[in-house]
Amino acid sequence: MDINTPVPTIYGDQLEKFGELWKKQVQTLKEKFGDAIEEVLFPKEANTDVPIIFVQAARIIDVLGFMKNDAGFEYGFLADLTATDEESAPRFHVVYNLLSRKSMSRVRVKVRTDEENAVPTAISLWPAANWAEREVWDMFGVRFEGHPDLRRILMDVRWEGHPLRKDYPLRGYQIFPTPEAIDPSLLNY
Amino acid sequence: MSIDQKTSENIMKNERLPDLGLPQGGHYSVDHDPDDLWGDSRVIVNIGPTHPAMHGALRMVAKINGETIEKSYCEFGYTHRAKEKLGENRTYHQFVVYTDRLNYCSALVNNVTYAMSVERLMGVQVPDRAVWIRMICCELARVIDHLICVGINAVDLGAFSFFLYGFHQREEAYTLIEKLCGARLTTSYTRIGGLMADAPEGWEKQVKDWVKRTRVVIDEMDALLTGNKIWCQRTIGVGIMDAKLCQAYSVTGPAVRAAGLNYDLRRDQPSMFYKDMEFDVPIAQNGDVFDRYLVRMEEIRQSLNIISQCCDRIKKGPIWADDKRVRIPEKDVVHNTMEGLIHHFKFFMTGFEVPPGEAYTTFEAPNGELGFYIVSKGGPAAHRMRIRGPSFYHFQTLTPVSDGLKIADMVGLLGSMNIIAGELDR
Repeated sequence: MDINTPVPTIYGDQLEKFGELWKKQVQTLKEKFGDAIEEVLFPKEANTDVPIIFVQAARIIDVLGFMKNDAGFEYGFLADLTATDEESAPRFHVVYNLLSRKSMSRVRVKVRTDEENAVPTAISLWPAANWAEREVWDMFGVRFEGHPDLRRILMDVRWEGHPLRKDYPLRGYQIFPTPEAIDPSLLNY
Repeated sequence: MSIDQKTSENIMKNERLPDLGLPQGGHYSVDHDPDDLWGDSRVIVNIGPTHPAMHGALRMVAKINGETIEKSYCEFGYTHRAKEKLGENRTYHQFVVYTDRLNYCSALVNNVTYAMSVERLMGVQVPDRAVWIRMICCELARVIDHLICVGINAVDLGAFSFFLYGFHQREEAYTLIEKLCGARLTTSYTRIGGLMADAPEGWEKQVKDWVKRTRVVIDEMDALLTGNKIWCQRTIGVGIMDAKLCQAYSVTGPAVRAAGLNYDLRRDQPSMFYKDMEFDVPIAQNGDVFDRYLVRMEEIRQSLNIISQCCDRIKKGPIWADDKRVRIPEKDVVHNTMEGLIHHFKFFMTGFEVPPGEAYTTFEAPNGELGFYIVSKGGPAAHRMRIRGPSFYHFQTLTPVSDGLKIADMVGLLGSMNIIAGELDR
């Protein structure tokens, strides 16, 4: 094979199986939520394996709740919650990877946000979002509105900076001679 | 201020502790009258981070009343090695070695899943023989992981010889893996678009012999422990993770199947050649420690079935994709031609470029759904390398499930969850 020959990518390999379903779902979402759906990237048209649905931060819980419970969607499983640093305003994308255990189709919901603007927490829909959101706060410094316990999770509570930001230095030390103390307020009923 | 808060503050500041000849630390709270043992016998204990019953460097801070955990919270991150940051600053080829250190009990599954996710981004087709070897590797790793999980779970609850039966087979499996790639634990066996090396002559036959021997041992282990009265009393009805909790907390793998949800990515979202394989997905109903043990034992048997089917169907052939972007040049080409040397140098110093795009690739790892969410903006390193380890979501359920349990039962629960610190902390 010549090195200059463009190689066919996999983007769109699931279109045959889920293409119709995804089109219908995106259509329903657009009709129901209108402006709250900012943009939809479809596989093959964009470089992605599943549709990416950009949602306004203010309406994200409505949209996720609808996608979780509506009979045509049933994305009841939060496969993953993470974020990416895009290095251009708005800086962060919070990413929800959803899976429907009924149809075994996946979609990706994204929210654009930045350092100042918080994203509503998804704990009311999935308690699993609790630690995932804490990790996003720890690593990116994205705040989640309504989160009951937004502490650092992987780094020490005294750590400064958010390591997965693109402008975070690759070398340097923060050394704590004493271990992290017990927080008794977390042990109240 | 309640008595509880006073107690905890004293533990933190370590003051006003009368000299009772006890070691001064967080384990003794004597703020109340020393004679009044049951007036308020609540104490805060640190379980971990270095405690033999906590698998890996995990820490649980529990307020206990007698032996019962009343309220607790968990902490981790003691083995955080910034893998996701490394993924953004290493080439795709260099990152293979870091995937070993995720779930180090089943390193091969991580290797394979990582290779699959980058191949998906690049549209690389791997030849059949490489896929068959990868499938055998995945199932070998699954057997190893399940053996160590049920074995150590039994050790924690006092059944030692059961663990040794399993460990013997596990050592033999590691010897098979050593024949494949020279390493036992940190394998780094897959490459993007192929494998490090072909399986040696007669390897498939050795694997089949091992499968035969292991089948016998699994039946022996089953006879040894499953009906054991002490084991049953310690595990049945303990640490129940029901279907609702599993859904809410994104639990996957054997834990969710033990709760009665019929869900396995190998069957429901087949990758490699799993759709051609005949195997059953075992499910149980109650979601307690015993059911998770039963599901794991049955999954070992099903994995052995898959391995022997793979060994029957594997054929000779190439192990590298016919794609110059990802294929590491042969050594005689490197040493004897100028172009080969340049290719070699560019491959290892600069790395190959992955076209812009993003994909979330998942595979059923022994613990549950292992996913790599890779965002590429072109270039030889990822823009975002998110690793979704099942342990991260499983460990979150420890606190809600263990509150109200005895400490000894919490140890059994934790063992049956199979939390691997390398995957949890990344």
